[in-house]
Amino acid sequence: MLTFLALASVVLLGIVPERSQAIVIYTGWERHALVGSDIRLSCSFFSWRWTSEDVTFSWTYRPDGSRDSISIFHYTGGAAYVDNKGPFRDRLEFVGNPGRRDGSILLKNLEFADNGTFTCDAKNPPDIVGRPSSVRLLVFEKVPIQAGVITGAIIGVVLGLLVLIVVIYYLMRFLVARRVFSLSVSKHGKKKKEGSQQRQGPAPPADPSKIKV
Amino acid sequence: MLLLLLGIILLHVAALVLLFVSTIVSVWTSSETSTSDLWYNCSTSNGGYHCDPASTGEWIQAVQALMILSIIFSCLSLFLFFCQLFTLQKGGRFFLTGTFQILASLFVMSGAIIYTVTSPDWVAQTDTFGYSYILAWVAFPLALISGLIYVILRKRE
Repeated sequence: MLTFLALASVVLLGIVPERSQAIVIYTGWERHALVGSDIRLSCSFFSWRWTSEDVTFSWTYRPDGSRDSISIFHYTGGAAYVDNKGPFRDRLEFVGNPGRRDGSILLKNLEFADNGTFTCDAKNPPDIVGRPSSVRLLVFEKVPIQAGVITGAIIGVVLGLLVLIVVIYYLMRFLVARRVFSLSVSKHGKKKKEGSQQRQGPAPPADPSKIKV
Repeated sequence: MLLLLLGIILLHVAALVLLFVSTIVSVWTSSETSTSDLWYNCSTSNGGYHCDPASTGEWIQAVQALMILSIIFSCLSLFLFFCQLFTLQKGGRFFLTGTFQILASLFVMSGAIIYTVTSPDWVAQTDTFGYSYILAWVAFPLALISGLIYVILRKRE
């Protein structure tokens, strides 16, 4: 089974035409973080080619409200070059694994000024045609609650309580009815026993005269 | 007799309609150029009409939840009224219907109070309360009176 899949993938890679080979880069869409915390911005790519030794990753940063981007990270020729002059000096760390197509970076000790768009561009020679992908970073003082969480929780709890009360009410009624039923059955049973005992008493003396042959 | 029934149902439906309008239309706060809460903030800037989702604070979510619960309970109460109308024995009171309607009115009241007290946190001082907010306050006594009538009413014939 596995060998069949391997053979099929090799064949497919061979017959896929050149034009569809473009590198596809994946980052998040938006990331939320608290002031002072660290955040990992992930970047990976998909390429029909094997990962080459000359694979490059580069990150650029554009602050919110500004039109200029600044380059903050570059990985090439097996070495990572982090920002040592710009807004992220001493706060940027490379935590990716280029061999596994992972070009993620770690931003430490976030500030409000770090709000902005981070763009990752990866190249896997000879597969170099592709669009860079951007992730937006939002830095909060306090992580806001998502819309609808508390709403749903309150509605769910109240309706759940309602259902619980209804179920308990019917359960009590059922149990009480069953208890009453079993009591009445046992009473009825006792009365029946007493009644049959009484009947057996006077019966035998009357029998011999009434037996017909 | 039939007139009384019709009147009661009309009162209940009026309260229900007011609750629906108050919850669905997003005009709890209004100013000259914008309306906001509970669900959308729409503003007419120089670029035209533009709507954003409302702020996701805890209190506004609580108001949303209470308004929705009041609608649910009022609808349940109407449904229970029709059920009890046909199944209750003569001389019985519509306790269940009345309880649900009174609960609905309490939910609207809590929602409106919470909004009144906490809205200064996210609403500018120059904005005034919109018509949805007023309708919520009008729906509260209507629902309360309707609920009390159900509790007092006795089934005849």
